Amino acid sequence: MTVETGGAITVAPQDIELIQLLTPEGERVDHPKYPLDDDVDLKGMYRDMVLVRRIDTEAIALQRQGELGLWASLLGQEAAQVGSGRALSPRDMAFPSYREHGVAWCRGLDPARLLELFRGVNQGSWDPEEHKFHLYTIVIGDQTLHATGYAMGIQRDSSEDEAVIVYFGDGATSQGDVSEAFAWASVFHAPVVFFCQNNQYAISAPQERQSPIPLYKRADGFGFPGVRVDGNDVLACHAVTRHALRAAREGQGPTLIEAFTYRMGAHTTTDDPTRYRLTSELETWRLRDPIERVRVYLARTGQANAAFFEQIDAEAAELGTRVRQACHDLPDPAPLTVFDHVYTGANAILDAERAQYEAYLDGFEEAAR
Amino acid sequence: MTKLTLSRALNEGLRRSLEADPKVMIMGEDVGKLGGVFRVTDGLQKDFGEHRVMDTPLAESGIIGTAIGLALRGYRPVCEIQFDGFVFPATDQIVSQLAKMHHRSGGKVTLPVVIRIPFGGGIGAVEHHSESPEVFFAHTAGLRVVACADPAEAFAMIQLAIASDDPVIFFEPKRRYWDKGEVDTAASLDGALPLDKARIVLPGDDVTLLSYGPLVRTCAEAAVAAREEGRSIEVIDLRSLSPLDMETITASVSRTGRCVVAHEAPVYAGLGAEIAARVTEQCFYHLESPVLRVGGFATPYPPARLEDHYLPDLDRILDAVDRTFAF
Repeated sequence: MTVETGGAITVAPQDIELIQLLTPEGERVDHPKYPLDDDVDLKGMYRDMVLVRRIDTEAIALQRQGELGLWASLLGQEAAQVGSGRALSPRDMAFPSYREHGVAWCRGLDPARLLELFRGVNQGSWDPEEHKFHLYTIVIGDQTLHATGYAMGIQRDSSEDEAVIVYFGDGATSQGDVSEAFAWASVFHAPVVFFCQNNQYAISAPQERQSPIPLYKRADGFGFPGVRVDGNDVLACHAVTRHALRAAREGQGPTLIEAFTYRMGAHTTTDDPTRYRLTSELETWRLRDPIERVRVYLARTGQANAAFFEQIDAEAAELGTRVRQACHDLPDPAPLTVFDHVYTGANAILDAERAQYEAYLDGFEEAAR
Repeated sequence: MTKLTLSRALNEGLRRSLEADPKVMIMGEDVGKLGGVFRVTDGLQKDFGEHRVMDTPLAESGIIGTAIGLALRGYRPVCEIQFDGFVFPATDQIVSQLAKMHHRSGGKVTLPVVIRIPFGGGIGAVEHHSESPEVFFAHTAGLRVVACADPAEAFAMIQLAIASDDPVIFFEPKRRYWDKGEVDTAASLDGALPLDKARIVLPGDDVTLLSYGPLVRTCAEAAVAAREEGRSIEVIDLRSLSPLDMETITASVSRTGRCVVAHEAPVYAGLGAEIAARVTEQCFYHLESPVLRVGGFATPYPPARLEDHYLPDLDRILDAVDRTFAF
């Protein structure tokens, strides 16, 4: 079990009990409750993980070069996001926090839409229903209640082929809203899957600062199942999420999934993790890389050859270039768009302010003439 | 005198308070080991221990609710809310409990809790990291609401806030955290300007310009620019947003006859509205023109690429000043 000494995790990750289908060494293991589905596309998962990591790397570079105001890196969490994201049916609805770039990718969202937000061009420009992927939510844990309410709507529509998944982190489990979402989802048997990516840190606070017991056990007290999965194992994340979504659609209510993973990078580009964690810890987790184990497994079992990996790498390089170009091509919003979409229709006070500011800006132009 | 950043000045002030009173403690997200995301509490946990400088679970309502309990037990908690936009999960504890308990208990309970909130925009941040929620709290009876503007003020005001037996919402201008200024860290608090007093930053004769927090510096710069054009602006840093120091305000406006209020928060139902009403009531026969307000629009805080339009800058402030002479 976890031993706490001064806030650091001293337990080796392999000692943690969790669902695993592919070991860090790239060995396939079976789990009685989660047999591998025949249609699992592991090569496709590999491709997605490599590509989203490339998006992430490019975005960090763009932030360093001043093109983005901020970036919240998903490095190390590719398996949790791609595994769960690919378990969703096209009709399932996903509610992200602000780090789910991998889920966004699985929902077919153009990475440029994410860059817009972190560049400060807008606060999220995509249509949530079009992609079945809600806007990013920055205030910690708020979206868990939105997801629960959305799931209650699905119940009222008597829809049996839809479920909801909501993403949040280990830190969020301390927020009142998250406990309230658990309570509501439980008493109403709402078809929602709570997908907690336990990446071990809420900025600097280790998971033990949120809970002395494993996070998945929170579900017990609320009366629904909780399960912990190796968050760096894309097959296990996929199988466990698919199972939970199926249960939700069948009317069995919510499930809490704790994907046990690690934030390999900083909380965001403004954070300096060397102030609160040891390099040795990072090294331990580097050996559990979510992509590397899939590559080893695919290569060893002959499912993929060198040409496949080279092709994916080339595709990633091309995507990186495209993401960079897309960022550079983003136009700055026009000044008066500040006033857009605050209300669905006219608003006398706001409209007067817009007119006043427009006249003010025109005054500069006239002065320049 | 030492030259300190505003962030460092707050750190020194907190340190002084921790040294002066063993009941003072600091609590919040990432305030311990990390030293706060703006490093305001840097090194304090190392020097005062985990019991006095506490990294809390990630739960703002929990931070304020347990601070109330600690205060009931005789402690003086200084809570950090990491960013302005994250205070709202705690508003039930602040508005329904913290603000009212002294009154409800007929004065038997005092809650000397300080809630530090970095506020305002101008740092190119993502959503919920640039807001100015001061008026929600100024509207709530039972809370003192203050904002510091420069390092020397920050150093003194944080200590005064901690010494206050009323709960204090303490706003820190986050885009000014790196501004440097002379601070007398050896000065006694006895000589400090009281927490509920405004301060004349630059004296002037033609118009009174009122502000607080991040815009005090902008207003001072506007006054310097206006001086070159022969216009004399008196700049006042309100410091206390609740209560307002109407004595200082009315003395100035009665002399200048003109008044402009500048804040980053939306003009609509903002603090400027309260000031304008009171100045109109109390200085009516001295006024040469209506009190004008310049501030944020009646919109959500915009994405970073638009914030320069939203935030009142020197030009917009001087435009408002000019308009007071057009009546």
